[in-house]
Amino acid sequence: MNGEPLTILFVEDNPDHAELVMRSFEDHRVANRILHLSDGEAAVDYLFRRGDYGDPEKYPRPHVILLDLRLPKVDGIEILKIIRESEDYKTIPVVILTTSHAEMDVSRAYQYHANSYLVKPLDFEKFTKLMDDLGFYWLGWNHYPWPRGG
Amino acid sequence: MTLVKKPGRGTTAKLEILLVEDDQAHAELIIRCLENHSIDNHIHHLSDGEAALDYLLPKQDGGGHHRPHVILLDLRLPRVDGLEVLRQIRSTDSLDGIPVIVLSTSRDEADVKKAYSHHVNSYLVKPLDFATFTKLLDDVGYYWLQWNHFPGRILGGGH
Repeated sequence: MNGEPLTILFVEDNPDHAELVMRSFEDHRVANRILHLSDGEAAVDYLFRRGDYGDPEKYPRPHVILLDLRLPKVDGIEILKIIRESEDYKTIPVVILTTSHAEMDVSRAYQYHANSYLVKPLDFEKFTKLMDDLGFYWLGWNHYPWPRGG
Repeated sequence: MTLVKKPGRGTTAKLEILLVEDDQAHAELIIRCLENHSIDNHIHHLSDGEAALDYLLPKQDGGGHHRPHVILLDLRLPRVDGLEVLRQIRSTDSLDGIPVIVLSTSRDEADVKKAYSHHVNSYLVKPLDFATFTKLLDDVGYYWLQWNHFPGRILGGGH
């Protein structure tokens, strides 16, 4: 298993879901940096170092993006498209974490090369279990196209 | 990892997995771990890249063109290597959306980068020891079979 820290960009507008996710990452024994944003426009600004997000020390490039679909300002599929069309981020792993289990959303996400599609469980305990398993998998086993650490 | 009950509602087709792996011992271990899983699945195992392409790509005579839900792909394969198989999957419209997970002995940065440049969904390195390899396969089972949603396979919501 990899032990070096990862930087995760987490884009989620629901404050309760955001809190659950942030807390479960804090519990995870692998030290990581999780940056949480609540709307799509901020996510795009962050990735392309616009506006407030100019400083790469403070706002480092993420290794993986955890992305909701229903977001204010710019929606998740739009963000995924923008990511995949950019030179810098076309290979970055994107894990969709959404309330929608609609076939159309699943198909579109994979069409734009989302790496994985997860549906938020309605039940709090199951949501927590999902986050544990997500953590073990993406923070522990998966190998990334650019180096971990730092 | 923790066990979550199988979803109770919605039609759940058996998960069809294509395993492309030339090492017989690894293949047996992978098949055993995944088939034991609580989510109903079927694994089709092929041992070289050419056989994988024959299986997946649509043919003039109407053959081939199988669409598994997910592909577990080794990189060092006889006849046609894994990266070439991946490249062809991604450049075939009817296959492009299928999630591909590389499971390889190689932890070479160049291999990892190349796999992601062809939109691999995930890149895993086979652990050297049996116990860790088994743990990896259990976690692969929980994550991909239990949680991940695949295109073209209906699952119940919020399970």
